[in-house]
Amino acid sequence: MKYAAGIDVGSTQTKCIIIDENKRIVARALTDTGANITRAGERGYEAVLAAGGIAREDVLCVVGTGYGRFKVSFGDLQITEITCHAKGASLLFPDTATVIDMGGQDAKGISVQNGEVVDFVMNDKCAAGTGRFLSTAAETLGLSLDEIGAISLQARNPVRLSTVCTVFVESDIMSYVAQGKKTEDILGGIHSAIAARTIALVRRVGLKPNYTFTGGVSLNVGMVKMLEEKLGAPLNVSPDSHYMGAIGAAVFALEHALSAAAVS
Amino acid sequence: MTETHYQGKLHHLQKELMSEYYAALTASANGSGVPAAYLLIGGNPVELLRAFDILPVFPEVNALQLAVRKQSLPFIQSAEFMGYSSDNCAYVKADIGMYFGGRQTPFATIPEPSLLLCNYVGCNVYLDWFGHLAEFTGQSAFQLDIPFIRTASGKPSKEDIAYVLRQLHHLIGRCEEITGRKLDEEKLREAVRLSSLTGDLWAKIKHLTKRTPAPYDAYFDSVTMMAPLYCLRGTPQGLEFFETAYAELLAKAEAGVGPLEKERFRYVIEGPPPWPHLRAFRDMFSRWDAVAVASTYSTVGGLWEFGFTHDPDHPLESIARHLLEWNLTNRNFLQRYEQIERYLEEWNANALIIHSVKSCRLFSAGQGDMREYFTKRGVPTLLVESDLEDPRYFSEAQMRNRIDAFFESIAHRPTREGVTA
Repeated sequence: MKYAAGIDVGSTQTKCIIIDENKRIVARALTDTGANITRAGERGYEAVLAAGGIAREDVLCVVGTGYGRFKVSFGDLQITEITCHAKGASLLFPDTATVIDMGGQDAKGISVQNGEVVDFVMNDKCAAGTGRFLSTAAETLGLSLDEIGAISLQARNPVRLSTVCTVFVESDIMSYVAQGKKTEDILGGIHSAIAARTIALVRRVGLKPNYTFTGGVSLNVGMVKMLEEKLGAPLNVSPDSHYMGAIGAAVFALEHALSAAAVS
Repeated sequence: MTETHYQGKLHHLQKELMSEYYAALTASANGSGVPAAYLLIGGNPVELLRAFDILPVFPEVNALQLAVRKQSLPFIQSAEFMGYSSDNCAYVKADIGMYFGGRQTPFATIPEPSLLLCNYVGCNVYLDWFGHLAEFTGQSAFQLDIPFIRTASGKPSKEDIAYVLRQLHHLIGRCEEITGRKLDEEKLREAVRLSSLTGDLWAKIKHLTKRTPAPYDAYFDSVTMMAPLYCLRGTPQGLEFFETAYAELLAKAEAGVGPLEKERFRYVIEGPPPWPHLRAFRDMFSRWDAVAVASTYSTVGGLWEFGFTHDPDHPLESIARHLLEWNLTNRNFLQRYEQIERYLEEWNANALIIHSVKSCRLFSAGQGDMREYFTKRGVPTLLVESDLEDPRYFSEAQMRNRIDAFFESIAHRPTREGVTA
């Protein structure tokens, strides 16, 4: 069996995926990117090869994506994560028309047709509405990032945030804590504010179902529910949504390998 | 993938002639006795100054030259230290910082102004810029009040023209006071005649990029021609530059040679370039074999390619029309859309890039709607944002990511003609 690999070197984490010739995911690896981006790609690749028990020579092609894509020096191609998210989302959910991606420092809306990007928008030089905002909020409340989504679902009287600024949210949260507001209500307010901001961003490429939610924040159940409520439509979310860029990169790698083989 | 770009005779001649121009500015600063006027690019009435042998000084050109040479930040910071806001137009800050830095730049010593000619009033920040310069230099500002184009036809009214003509007569009086001589009408006609020939050549150069491949990049190579268009227009040297440029670019067009080895994408671009990162920005397009075939920025000083020409038989009226009607900055948004539409169709482009300027809310306002307008018409449109002068607003990784993703998306998309790019 031959394989193809996608390596998504993001600002926070490096996600690696190996698929087989039938586009089935056979191995995943998640590592912290850290300061050495070149090493992050290599380390992630070693981890995913080990996870799948796959030899390097059996991988036909490697595609790098994410901000560190040009540092995946052993890769055959570099493709932006925008194009890869669209591709990955269409593999897992073929009817995808809109991808909502929330990562460590980016929030994106991608309009998709047959797996190809039609249009996209991203947040610009501001981390409001991204994973970093949620991790700052979690830290301020002394909670872990993994638990805040579930807690936010218990909100009965969500607070109204006066800011979605990742820096100023700390003082906003502290003032609500000082007023004796419940943690779940503060988290409910945070999730609501971020969901509204993200939808306003995605609206610029058109809000067209079927929606697929990707990126690390898609693992947050509170954010999934909040977005679904505000959109009035369900979101496709896969346990592999976090890996969507790497999945798309792996599909591109496989297609590239197959077309190269066809030419030769 | 290529990162080459074209350096021809015109680039060398530009350097030579601009060096001479800057030497004249330095000589004026050192007491040559030639008076200098500060004025703005938008529809600049440089011909009138030529008639009085007054040197035109463009603070915008000086500011962008500082940015290209990576010298703008210390001046911006010294203006911020004086109290200018971080959100203020960075051209203004670089210029004010440079003024208080003894008017010393790596390319010239900028002379003190004998005339502060604020010829563009569409930007309230520019009004304040010249107001502040008036305060700092002790020179009063001469305000040309140019009515904005506000008709659906895009034409100024007779009253608008008469209003501007009256002001031009006042300006002539001011120039007479400065120089101590009466207007030499023959000299004015000659400057307008040279401008007319120069403008015609520039228009022909602009039309050359309708060819495939485009013989030059209508953004990154046009900016090389814009400094002579403003600083040297109305002189024999200015005309010589455009004769050389046209001959060279026509020969390239005839030979089927473009600025890159291959032309894969043809795009139209709106907005000024990020001057402090010009090379990096250009390479982001070159690596996709993408060539700008038209740019709105190259029409801020004058829009010659759609039929405007100075008229030596009616010198003042044609200067008034240039100020009112025939420059991008004085036009309304519907005209800006129409201009881009023409470029897309007549210059056969398959994408639109909008480079929005962080510190210019006035000109950048509405570009989000512009993106939507063209996207809805099926034109792949990308809006990116940085700054024209302040190097701190440029994030190379983010900019490159957006441009890469944009070209990745249109690489697989049928163009408006239904042909895959």
